[in-house]
Amino acid sequence: MRKEKLKKDPYNVIISGVGGQGNVLLSGFIGTALLNEGFIVSVADTFGVSQRGGSVSSHIKISEKNLYSSVTLKGKADVIIGMEPVETLRTLLDFGNPAVITIVNPRPFYPSGGVEYPDLSEVRQTIEKMSSKTQYVQATEEALRMGNPIYTNIILLGAVVGSGILPLSRESMIPLLEERFPDKLLDFNINAFNKGMALIAET
Amino acid sequence: MASIGLEKSGAEVLLMGNEAVARGVIEAGVGVASAYPGSPTSEVIPAIAEVAKERNIYVEWSTNEKVALEVAAGASFAGIRGFSVMKQNGANVAADFLVNLNMTGIGSAGLVIFISDDPGGGTSNNEEDSRTVAKWLDNPLMEPSSAQEAKEMIKWAYEVSEAVNLVTFVRGVGRISYTRSNVVLNELPDKNKPKPFFPDIWDMNNPRKSRFASGPFPIFHKPLHEKLEKARTIFETSSFNRYMGPEKPKLLIITCGACTSYCIEAVEELKLKEEIGILKLGTTWPLPEKLVAHHLISAKKILFVEEMDPFVEQSVMELAASLLPATAKLSFFGARSGHITPYNELSTDIVIDALSDILNVAYRGRDIAYENLSREAAKLVPHRPINLCPGCPHRATFWALKQAITLDGRNGFLCGDVGCYSMGFSEPGYFQSRTMHAMGSGAGVASGLGKLKQFGFDQPVLAICGDSTFFHAAMPALVNGVYNNSDFTLLIVDNSATAMTGFQPHPGTGQLATGDPATVVSIEAVCKAMGAFVEVCDPFDLNKTTDALLKMMKKEGGTKVIVMRHMCQLVKDKRRIPREYRMHVDPSRCLADNCGCNRLCTRLFGCSGLIVNNETGKAVIDEALCAGCGLCSSICPANAIIKEAN
Repeated sequence: MRKEKLKKDPYNVIISGVGGQGNVLLSGFIGTALLNEGFIVSVADTFGVSQRGGSVSSHIKISEKNLYSSVTLKGKADVIIGMEPVETLRTLLDFGNPAVITIVNPRPFYPSGGVEYPDLSEVRQTIEKMSSKTQYVQATEEALRMGNPIYTNIILLGAVVGSGILPLSRESMIPLLEERFPDKLLDFNINAFNKGMALIAET
Repeated sequence: MASIGLEKSGAEVLLMGNEAVARGVIEAGVGVASAYPGSPTSEVIPAIAEVAKERNIYVEWSTNEKVALEVAAGASFAGIRGFSVMKQNGANVAADFLVNLNMTGIGSAGLVIFISDDPGGGTSNNEEDSRTVAKWLDNPLMEPSSAQEAKEMIKWAYEVSEAVNLVTFVRGVGRISYTRSNVVLNELPDKNKPKPFFPDIWDMNNPRKSRFASGPFPIFHKPLHEKLEKARTIFETSSFNRYMGPEKPKLLIITCGACTSYCIEAVEELKLKEEIGILKLGTTWPLPEKLVAHHLISAKKILFVEEMDPFVEQSVMELAASLLPATAKLSFFGARSGHITPYNELSTDIVIDALSDILNVAYRGRDIAYENLSREAAKLVPHRPINLCPGCPHRATFWALKQAITLDGRNGFLCGDVGCYSMGFSEPGYFQSRTMHAMGSGAGVASGLGKLKQFGFDQPVLAICGDSTFFHAAMPALVNGVYNNSDFTLLIVDNSATAMTGFQPHPGTGQLATGDPATVVSIEAVCKAMGAFVEVCDPFDLNKTTDALLKMMKKEGGTKVIVMRHMCQLVKDKRRIPREYRMHVDPSRCLADNCGCNRLCTRLFGCSGLIVNNETGKAVIDEALCAGCGLCSSICPANAIIKEAN
């Protein structure tokens, strides 16, 4: 059943973003697909104040042998899927290391309450400096072009699957989208997923 | 995906702890499940409700945790397995019933409570350790270490509960409740339940079981302790208690619950499997003393790893003292030695640090160069404060309240409460809430403050509570105010859901836990019947709401209520209610820093749908976030924020 071995066991993936961007749905799709591929997974989403606007992350620990605790050890992330640039950087501070790979949606999500957002190009440069490889996916911009920012996470999902960093394929993901979304929304989401795969292929 | 309550035996699925608990309840053949929503446990009841009809289960959202436990106890008395679930605060609410229930014992069918605590307080106002409730009230207690174990433990807890005739606690923490991991499902039982029957009082063969009346206590308290000893005996051989490691470990870790995996991972990370043993306790009260004693005397150093109170640590230390001199040479580490903090969430990293220090072994983390890079990068990363959602009606209420209190000019203030509107005490609610404690406490504290006139107190007193909180605990406080003629105004922010915990229905919504229609309990009718002076406002009508608030504050004497009614934006989104307005900022009208408004909309009003364009300094709408509620168009002094009907 298991198609590919992991590059490392356990393999640590972190999805970071802002409350409301849909990281829980994203981590659920990735976790379920990995389980279906025969892996033992542990997914921890930030819980707590569910309001939009705060920093959130989902930690996914993947193993072929053991059920591990869900939270990544300091400095041990293998992949960071950043739904927002500053949040990507925030995750790198604690969990980054010279080998980490980052896939980033570069659209800022501005903090409220008059908190200033740092210079975006400096944030991007720092992310690149702290990663072995960084790929940008214009997920929010593409979602807005599709008519609704809600597709951001599914576009990113397509990008992650397309990047080949996880032992997942389009075939393992489409049935999950079909299960999750009602007919009238399914096409939009499959389009979004395909868009993500196309975007990552371009980078 | 099929509902987790219906999936076949043998299936392996990704479940969060709360869903695994729900599956355990269904596999245990429970007939009645009840709760008041409270994170980190809010997902249990919906997962059961989803299959309630197919599985022949009665499931309800109760008005509070005490009522929920009473509902489940009724089932147990009549021979049907009952289940109740609550967060740590809920255990306090239910405790008054529970202490008496422990005196009478349960019925012939088991009664189990799943409680999830909140180390770190991510979803709570406090960080209470509910295990002390089990000890305080004399209930058997278990702690699962994973979602799979949570499911199995729930089922076994029914056997224990029926064997000792006591409510049995299964206690998780947020990390167990919310982590999703592989869970293998087991068989579903026959959905037919035994015919419930409340035992006949004249059944002389079983006189105790025909009456459930607490007291006189000496008769019941002694058997209660005997029941606990019986539970201890059962726990001694439980397979939920496991030892992993060498026969004579250099150091023995005693742990439980979510910390188990932190310990296993830390030992693996430090490559000390040959030297460190881990005793993982699944049953933590009463302590399986023989088992623990056996492992205790096989080691030289002991480290306790558990979150919050040193609960197991204290029980084991007490045991160790009783085993002297066999334990005289042991050295103990844990909360007492400062290696484990008795507050906040633990992690594998914390356990690694503790072990490195105690055993004097080095652990190599990140290299120095990267560490420096990280330290430098940290300066770039701003704090991201939590906020009320774009379109949140509470923002409108707090804005109107701030205006009204300023216009009134007598230092009026708000007593806060528990819900999304808890943010009233910080920036998103303009710091309007000045107290915040338990559910319904805002109205209670206000009822007291509203009686201080005789000492010369002359500030207007207001209190706030949500629609669900009103039914949970604010009603008695409001009656108290009316009866004692206390002068305060209660704002009931009715957003049509228990929003904070995931939009569960409540008595005011006309919907049951199963989604079926229910009798609507009208909040304003209840308040009027209580004798309060009542008005209903839509907080998005800022002027009218501000006027109503001013009027209520000025109205002399008596208890007043304003029902602030507007649906939660996230509920609107869920129901796919279209955006009301399209918003934009007219750049010719927005004067940026030349306006003198001091960036009222982005700095003070603070909706995250409004941002500043860094180049022009002018406000713009973030179309990825704006909910189109239109509220901000009424706060801009330059009328630069334009709303157009969508």
